[in-house]
Amino acid sequence: MKPTDISAPAYFHKVVDCQWACPAHTPVPEYIRLIAAGRYSDAYMINWKSNVFPGILGRTCDRPCEPACRRGRVEKEPVAICRLKRVTADYKDDVRRFMPKPARIKNGKRIALVGGGPASLTVARDLAPLGYECIVFDSDPKSGGMMRTQIPKFRLPDSVIDEECGYILDLGVEFRGGQRIDSLKALLAQNYDAIFVGSGAPRGRDLDIPGRKEAAANIHIGIDWLSSVSFGHISKIGKRVIVLGGGNTAMDCCRSARRLGGENVQVVVRSGFEEMKASPWEKEDAMHEDIPIHNYLVPKFFTHDNGKLTGITFEKVRAERDAKGRRNLVPTGEPDQHFPCDDVLVAVGQENAFPWIERDIGIAFDKWDMPVVDPETLASTNPKVFFGGDAACGPKNIIWAVAHGHDAALSIHRMLSGEDIKQRPLPDVTVTSQKMGIHEWSYDNDIALDQRYKVPQRDKSVALRDIKAEVELGFDVPLALAEAQRCLNCDVQTVFTSQLCIECDACVDICPMDCITFTQNMDEADLRKHLSAPATNLSQDLYVADGLKTGRVMVKDEDVCLHCGLCAERCPTGAWDMQKYLINMTHAGDIPCRPVRSAA
Amino acid sequence: MTYIAKPKFHHPGLPKNALGYTHRDYEGTISTLCAGCGHDSITAAIIEACFELSIEPHRVAKISGIGCSSKTPTYFLGNSHGFNSVHGRMPSVLTGANLANRDLIYLGVSGDGDSASIGLGQFAHVLRRGVNMTYIVENNGVYGLTKGQFSATADRGSKSKRGVVNTDNSIDLVAMALQLGATFVARSFSGDKAQLVPIIKAAIEHDGAAFLDVISPCVAFNNHAGSTKSFDYVREHNEAVNRLDVIPARAPITVDYAEGSLQIVEQHDGSRLALRKIGADYDIHDRTAALGFLQRHSAKGQIVTGVLFIDGEPVDLHASLRTVDRPLNSLTEADLCPGSAALETINASLR
Repeated sequence: MKPTDISAPAYFHKVVDCQWACPAHTPVPEYIRLIAAGRYSDAYMINWKSNVFPGILGRTCDRPCEPACRRGRVEKEPVAICRLKRVTADYKDDVRRFMPKPARIKNGKRIALVGGGPASLTVARDLAPLGYECIVFDSDPKSGGMMRTQIPKFRLPDSVIDEECGYILDLGVEFRGGQRIDSLKALLAQNYDAIFVGSGAPRGRDLDIPGRKEAAANIHIGIDWLSSVSFGHISKIGKRVIVLGGGNTAMDCCRSARRLGGENVQVVVRSGFEEMKASPWEKEDAMHEDIPIHNYLVPKFFTHDNGKLTGITFEKVRAERDAKGRRNLVPTGEPDQHFPCDDVLVAVGQENAFPWIERDIGIAFDKWDMPVVDPETLASTNPKVFFGGDAACGPKNIIWAVAHGHDAALSIHRMLSGEDIKQRPLPDVTVTSQKMGIHEWSYDNDIALDQRYKVPQRDKSVALRDIKAEVELGFDVPLALAEAQRCLNCDVQTVFTSQLCIECDACVDICPMDCITFTQNMDEADLRKHLSAPATNLSQDLYVADGLKTGRVMVKDEDVCLHCGLCAERCPTGAWDMQKYLINMTHAGDIPCRPVRSAA
Repeated sequence: MTYIAKPKFHHPGLPKNALGYTHRDYEGTISTLCAGCGHDSITAAIIEACFELSIEPHRVAKISGIGCSSKTPTYFLGNSHGFNSVHGRMPSVLTGANLANRDLIYLGVSGDGDSASIGLGQFAHVLRRGVNMTYIVENNGVYGLTKGQFSATADRGSKSKRGVVNTDNSIDLVAMALQLGATFVARSFSGDKAQLVPIIKAAIEHDGAAFLDVISPCVAFNNHAGSTKSFDYVREHNEAVNRLDVIPARAPITVDYAEGSLQIVEQHDGSRLALRKIGADYDIHDRTAALGFLQRHSAKGQIVTGVLFIDGEPVDLHASLRTVDRPLNSLTEADLCPGSAALETINASLR
């Protein structure tokens, strides 16, 4: 196997599994260490730079980082990264002094942003301090997009949205609420220097089965219903409610219904419980509120009496794999099942809708009627128009919208600076030794087994009475510090220097995870079998170094390394060192938002 | 020295032995020796050997004297019996323990100072008597605890870290063990676990006095140019006579080597050693030839490693003394008291 090139930025980035998995590449271990040091504001700003909405994401993120977390590979559950993000927002001081100031001199360039959600606001945040005039259009009166309209208040209070959207609008961004864009052609005619479309996936899919029209008064489209609830247009629902669909929207619908008078609320999904799209924790929260989830039931027709909905009839199915291994739902032949109910919430998916984009303005659409967008630059086929968030690639989540926003802002900035948008500047990487004394490191390397801590919740009887009462109370300080201590500091890398090694085996002997082996070199597949402990996780790299006196190679399996630094502590020659690898993704320009602070 | 405890986590894919233990279950507390010490590698090799042999930790007694090497029993087999004795007196404590309870596995751990200087007499007699044990000398040729004076095993002409040349002749513990009648004699190197672990296993399986000299570089005081016990010197001058695989009793021999290069040695307990010969034609059952071979190579500055001698029919101290075949603590009153009738007979014979 070829020796590893540790100078390639991606190699060590992959070792920081959480940061690698985060679409916006938030430096997770860095902010968790700052929490442990009680430096909440600094921790908040690390987040703010990367993911723009720490308070919002700390409550609502899909958390791609947590399944990636190394703690989950060496213990049962990953670090509660998402809820620690909320800790930074909950306990920070006034961070306004750290925020970039509105540009004193405008650069004369005007950017129109369609939609006031996370993607557009990220673009505005990145570009406004550079002197761009950013104008955000949204049909809703307040900014935030789906974060405000589709996420129930008991999960995300308005105050958090107001604060974090406020930080962006305070940068001199103009927000034109209640102003729907009906024609992109007309917008283009207003001679903006660039247009960013972050209009989301605003259309809820309907369920066209018999009885839909007749019982229409009591059948609601999930996301529309949620936004009506959010704006206070709807404040009650029938006692018996059926929610169709298994995604996070369905979970928000059923839990909202429980708070608006739904006493008997049930969720029904077509396929299996395990395959539901909703995050496991959201399913748990729903079931905790006495909402049963029924699976393998396909809705056949709505039953109604005199124009009033009486229930839904379902066909029972089971999952079966055909010869090609595809999974099909086939009827079991059992009698149909009827669920009586007063109201139905349909949450079976969302779609993009671009009736307002004319097809003769140079924007190509693909066969699914989605705009053709370069995944790296987020440029459409019209050089002035960029897409991001759900509008670019269908319904995803907030953190992806933020990542798109950063990339699109960079593209716009480069384009309007006369540079090639295809050329992306490399990320900013620093690698620094953490050694402070013979056995002293700048981070806490005393790793211990410790189960994940639960976030305290508001008492159920109280929570169900008020749709605006936030259910999760967030970690208190002792819990936050205990959970922060579970982070393994994967960004503090084990760096090996062959020339210093005397092959004494001290690192091999001390490594608690049997990660290190000195052996004859061979192919990667063979090496993986011949290590001290087998390296079966192919998604994790082997770190190979040659140049040893005996002609062997040092092989380290990155998979379950605890970053405890014992290899470096037991190394007599300093061939192993623990070095902190900090990678900051390049955002538009050099945003002067990094607070003056020392390292974590 | 490391101040934090080794984390309890272990690799999820770690193999388990017949008792359901991983090698982590054979560890002791974290080492307080200097970082990189060869002794820590020997500790790891003992852990690995006991793990592979599926030894129940409570069946082992580890006994040591004084010195860096004698500290190491704390770092392995944390659930075994242990006795940290007076300087150079490990052999007598071990002999006594062995006589009292012959059922345990005895690991005597010592160093070049403990065995070749202050304890040389004890070393000689315990081998001479043929106590059933595994006697490991962690040999670094230097007094590490007192900052690097030559020990009795330092080669004549080798240089100390400060540049002083050793003018005394060295004691070769392997040659002495051969002369004194040890029934299993081997030498290995802490930096070569592939050789060391099977040798420790074979020594533990051996029913007799097994002596094992392990060259163990002292990274603090004896790992410089001019030293003959440094990593570099030992690697360059290592003359391995054989490589070893230990095959437990009754297991089929699956080791696959070219014909003629493999020698199967049956041990008394039924276990078998598969020896792969390297280079010289070497007979491991010939004590006198072994001595000659050792001295010829030593004169050339080479360090002979591998299993150097095995007596196929070892006789241990218990057999010589015809002791009772059970541990003393298992003997009851019925075993120990012949009864009043026997007393009457004796008394009558004296009247």
